[in-house]
Amino acid sequence: MTAPTVALFLTCLNDVLYPDTGRATVTVLERLGRRVEFPEQQTCCGQMHMNTGYRPEALDIVRHFVDVFEPYEAVVIPSGSCAAMVKHHHAALARSLGDDRLAERAARLAERVHEFATYLTDVVGVTDVGASFPHRVTYHPTCHSARLMRVGDRPLQLLRAVRGLQLVDLPAADECCGFGGTFAVKNAAVSTSMASDKVRHIVDTGAEYVVTVDNSCLTNIGGALSRQRAPVKPLHLADILAARQASRPTTAELTS
Amino acid sequence: MSNGLQFVGIPPFPQAAAQALGNVQQRKNLTHATHTIRAKRAAVVGELEDWEQLRESGAAIKDHTMAHLADYLEQAEEAVTRAGGTVHWARDAAEACAIVAGIAEQHRVRELVKIKSMVTMEIGLNEALAERGIAAIETDLAELIVQLGDDLPSHILVPAIHRNRAEIRELFLRTMPEVPDDITDEPRVLAEAARTHLREKFLTTNMAVSGGNFLVAETGTVVIVESEGNGRMCLTLPDVLVSVVGIEKVVPTWRDLEVFFQLLPRSSTGERMNPYTSTWTGVTPGDGPQEVHLVLLDNGRSRVLAEPATRETLRCIRCSACLNVCPVYERVGGHAYGSVYPGPIGAVLTPALLGVEPDQQSAKLPFASSLCGACYDVCPVQINIPDVLIHLRGKVVDAKRGTSHGIAERAAMRSSRVLFADGRLMAAATRGATLAGRLTRRPALKRLPAPLSGWTDARDVPMPQGENFRTWWRRRSPADVAAALTPATSQVEDR
Repeated sequence: MTAPTVALFLTCLNDVLYPDTGRATVTVLERLGRRVEFPEQQTCCGQMHMNTGYRPEALDIVRHFVDVFEPYEAVVIPSGSCAAMVKHHHAALARSLGDDRLAERAARLAERVHEFATYLTDVVGVTDVGASFPHRVTYHPTCHSARLMRVGDRPLQLLRAVRGLQLVDLPAADECCGFGGTFAVKNAAVSTSMASDKVRHIVDTGAEYVVTVDNSCLTNIGGALSRQRAPVKPLHLADILAARQASRPTTAELTS
Repeated sequence: MSNGLQFVGIPPFPQAAAQALGNVQQRKNLTHATHTIRAKRAAVVGELEDWEQLRESGAAIKDHTMAHLADYLEQAEEAVTRAGGTVHWARDAAEACAIVAGIAEQHRVRELVKIKSMVTMEIGLNEALAERGIAAIETDLAELIVQLGDDLPSHILVPAIHRNRAEIRELFLRTMPEVPDDITDEPRVLAEAARTHLREKFLTTNMAVSGGNFLVAETGTVVIVESEGNGRMCLTLPDVLVSVVGIEKVVPTWRDLEVFFQLLPRSSTGERMNPYTSTWTGVTPGDGPQEVHLVLLDNGRSRVLAEPATRETLRCIRCSACLNVCPVYERVGGHAYGSVYPGPIGAVLTPALLGVEPDQQSAKLPFASSLCGACYDVCPVQINIPDVLIHLRGKVVDAKRGTSHGIAERAAMRSSRVLFADGRLMAAATRGATLAGRLTRRPALKRLPAPLSGWTDARDVPMPQGENFRTWWRRRSPADVAAALTPATSQVEDR
């Protein structure tokens, strides 16, 4: 029997900054019997370009994404925000710039694209992935995963099934962390104010880890936590779901 | 000071917002007010099982009307005229102001009363009238507070949201001669002082100016929705009534109001039903104003309508729910937007109405959002504000192309576009990042040059840790993969 195959779209941010999350995503998917492919031509979803106003440039990246991932039956993305870009914006962007052919291809491909947590709960049909993570954890629902992808409580279902994990509620959880891509630089003062409120709520929970389905937001939250020397570590959902040991998984553990 | 749609002397949004963040009292006032109204709205919206269908209906009615706008406007004009009213058409703010001032001058009016209205603020009516020696007196309590304080409005519904009651008490003491020195800052006492102050104006003034929440095409009826009853006074006491109404306010029939009378109060004030709903159709002999004018205003709306990507902005019923949930508005308040229309809807409406030029202040507004989407979730007419913002960002960037504006950003975006269109370049870049992470031997960077210093002023930048993903991926042997692909059943033993 051949295992079902999924293509991993790592996202540019994970590709450059968070290789652990990539390995963890592969580990969880393989543990659930999926054969993972990593198309090495992959790059980025184009969201930064589009959201900063560079639409024709973004369209070139969209075209590249469609070229690379079109052959696959299923594509998994460990990011709610990048998944939302692919599922909600690729076809619309192509159409608005007059490339109807690309819009059709992008729309068809988008149907086979899945955000990581939703893929586990809705496609694989599992909430208990056999992970163990005996730590106090709080969950921040990132804006695009919540409001565009409507992941709802899927990540929480997955976290509740993790052995030893103590999940604590995050106050004002649905408020944005202030990342917003280039917003964090163009309107740094407001972004920083939002981040510091988010971090204050996170620290107040007494959690050891703050988890999300987006490393982009975690870069913002984690950057503020680290600057304030707060004792809370940012972690992607995949990193926790891949863990089987009593501590945070290391590269060596994941690859052994 | 306001110069119509945009305020004069407010720095561009990023700077104005940074300044506003430092105003501790204003931030406290705003946090308290927005969170209170947010919770009220959520509670009353939660009571309606068909809220999503109502939103869809609201959007559909508006979209239908916009698609047949000329027909409905002509129908409204005919109906108003038939009912004894006079209809004027104004292409822009100057024309609209001239029409209103002309009517005032014809009646030798030196002082007129006004119902709270966004549209008359948008056209800078009070300033235009003042130039001709005509005083326009705001009768909405919050609007009066702004006017007496020579202040600027900072919210669509609650223009004095940035002020607390202690500040308002001080203002009344300073500006209303009849107010006793021992007046307290209790809301009831302050409202009574304003009531006394205004009552005299209502009884001595012969002309009123209003906006309009809706204009019913089938009967030519103007509809005003308000909370205080001051509007009702303006609409019934003076002999001459002029209503300035944006052309997007028209709805085909009375039945359509059923939808909006559910959507609007719950979204704006968090009330189940609106307290004062006034409707008037031309002139009723012997009852209320005996001379009724309707000024239909374009002022950029047909430009917004002509563009498919911004068209849905015209659905807006000015409820301000998007302001109250916005994490940016909540922190910086309305003045930082430099526009009569602040908050998320202002960030789309202002540049959409004015168009975007690279050096205009309004060109900064589409970027005044983290695109979190909270505004879209609460919008009663389903305006996808984040998508319209993204569209307008594209227009701002396109307007800069071929100019010296934003050269550095454009270069960065172009080179990353090249990188992101080629997997081999991307692989090389990730290897470079991994190497940099290894060489710096630090988990994070503390300092980056401008403009990235905006990030590092308050946040570290993580450095990649461990082995590069692509290297790891290539290094895995088929045996590694086979071992990893354990059957699901063996997981139980593994635990």
